[in-house]
Amino acid sequence: MSFAWAKQYEPKTPLTKWLDEKLPLPRLVYNAVGAGYPVPRNLNYMWNFGVLAGVCLVIQIVTGVVLAMHYAANEEVAFATVEHIMRNVNYGWMLRYAHANGASFFFIVVYLHIFRGLFYSSYKAPREMIWLLGVVIFLLMMATAFMGYVLPWGQMSFWGAQVITGLFSAIPFVGEGLQVWLLGGFSPGNAALNRFFSLHFLLPFVIAGVVILHIWALHIPGSSNPTGVEVKNESDTVPFHPYYTAKDGFGLGVFLILFTFMVFFLPNALGHPDNYIEANPLSTPAHIVPEWYFLPFYAILRAFTQDLTIPFLGITLIDAKLLGVIAMFGSILVWFFLPWLDKSPVRSGHYRPLFQKFFWFGLIPTMIVLMICGGAPAEEPYVVMSQIATAYYFMHFLVILPIISQIEVPKPLPFSITEAVLGSDDSAAAARTGSVGAGSKGDLPDASLQPAE
Amino acid sequence: MADMGGAASANSATEMLEDGVRRRDWIHIAALSTAGVGAASVLIPLVSQMAPSADVLAESTTDVDVSAIQPGQSIRSVFRRQPLFVKRLTAAEIAEANAVNVSSLRDPETLADRTLPGNEDLLVTMGVCTHFGCVPLGSNEGENKGDFNGYFCPCHGSHYDVAGRIRRGPAPLNLAVPNYEFKSEGVIRVG
Repeated sequence: MSFAWAKQYEPKTPLTKWLDEKLPLPRLVYNAVGAGYPVPRNLNYMWNFGVLAGVCLVIQIVTGVVLAMHYAANEEVAFATVEHIMRNVNYGWMLRYAHANGASFFFIVVYLHIFRGLFYSSYKAPREMIWLLGVVIFLLMMATAFMGYVLPWGQMSFWGAQVITGLFSAIPFVGEGLQVWLLGGFSPGNAALNRFFSLHFLLPFVIAGVVILHIWALHIPGSSNPTGVEVKNESDTVPFHPYYTAKDGFGLGVFLILFTFMVFFLPNALGHPDNYIEANPLSTPAHIVPEWYFLPFYAILRAFTQDLTIPFLGITLIDAKLLGVIAMFGSILVWFFLPWLDKSPVRSGHYRPLFQKFFWFGLIPTMIVLMICGGAPAEEPYVVMSQIATAYYFMHFLVILPIISQIEVPKPLPFSITEAVLGSDDSAAAARTGSVGAGSKGDLPDASLQPAE
Repeated sequence: MADMGGAASANSATEMLEDGVRRRDWIHIAALSTAGVGAASVLIPLVSQMAPSADVLAESTTDVDVSAIQPGQSIRSVFRRQPLFVKRLTAAEIAEANAVNVSSLRDPETLADRTLPGNEDLLVTMGVCTHFGCVPLGSNEGENKGDFNGYFCPCHGSHYDVAGRIRRGPAPLNLAVPNYEFKSEGVIRVG
């Protein structure tokens, strides 16, 4: 799909003509990221993170494949092979640090990408499918990262695996059997390590496939933009190349500076020192914590300390452990329903004052509190803090958002992207009044809402 | 004045200087060169990591005790994970090796070229055929020594003589002689 004014690909040389007939790859590239793909002209830097996420995926796959040439997934030697990589393999230390910090940066970038989606309501029609695919990618990323962290077979690797696979036993009836089946044993051991390595190698390519679907689904309606007003005219857009290739290239440069700074000067800052101790099934670390990007979900998991019972009868409906598991998965599954929970016809948070208040003073602080509580020991005051934060988190999506999206009074939207960027849109004036120049500079249209088509 | 400035900036994108160079060519070249240097510096470690790692390179010397080897006897050892043939030649074998017309050899070398001065009877070679790398026969008792009384490679029929030089068959070079020296009386350090 493309806008009507998109430039058409024209092969000039005999080779490109031949290729275009047999396997139109240059045409595909031209139409996807070249001059043949019109994009709203007003995208801000929050729109850089999709491309950066793609770059992170490539970095992880390249460093991962190369590390796999030197790593062995057997519990006798796994820890030692990682040290072999760090000490013996040429540039092994750099590749390992790039892969480990690359995972962290992948999550930083994806979280910013998701928050862009939440603020600008990128999940609304006609872009629901892009959002749903995105949540699937996020779940796959979490599985991949979890299994990858187990591979070095350090203390945190082992005990993190123990905790997370232990969650499965919370499922009624089938839980214990499922856990044993997943592990291939009664606790994380050689069977689990080997299968985690296999799946950790596989899933990034599954992620790549879903990313292709994600981008394909995006290219049907085209990108949204900070005003939330859909593209109407050629003056609303610029061709992806050279404008956004340049802007994304700049963003990539900034990202790489930050990334390489971490890799070379602070490579262990985001990791846990206990993972430099070989796994010992007989000795539990003082504080088991997952990597930072899982902390909010870990806080939600641990927030549930009381069983759900029928009062006075003492019958346990759902025990605390299972409640925690349901809430933890639920906290991500709730994102699947966002396109239908948020009922405002206005997309962009810039024009939704009430929504903005709850976003900046409600959701964001809640996520920060959850992250802090996830990394803290399971004691007061962190327990009650995580309980309040978890309650707010679910209330925000399930109660607050549906209500405010219906009762808020949004600010007046610009007529078009062109008007938002240039101050006036003469073509719009012509369309409305039938004569050129009848619209005056700087006028806003009536405060009529532009429906999200 | 303001107009000229406006016009200049409006046209600067396409305006050409006298020699056909545009203003933005500079930033294009600078950005793409930097990206190119970046790409090359990323490629170097990715290629280098496949080269032998430090622990493999550390297996780079082996000591062999040769004091007990009698003339006519040979032993096998290991050097950098490959077979090492150490043979003490008899006087007859030394004479046989020196009698060969060196210029007729595929890989011309004298016995003296292939041994240490003062120790021409000790022949130290890799046990790796220079054709495709099989381990030649002839270093153990009763093995086929080939037509030249040295070593014989069963894979494709390369015959080496008493000095480990290729005489017949597809191998292009003589059996490799690694760097070695006498560390002490009767002990050589290879590598």
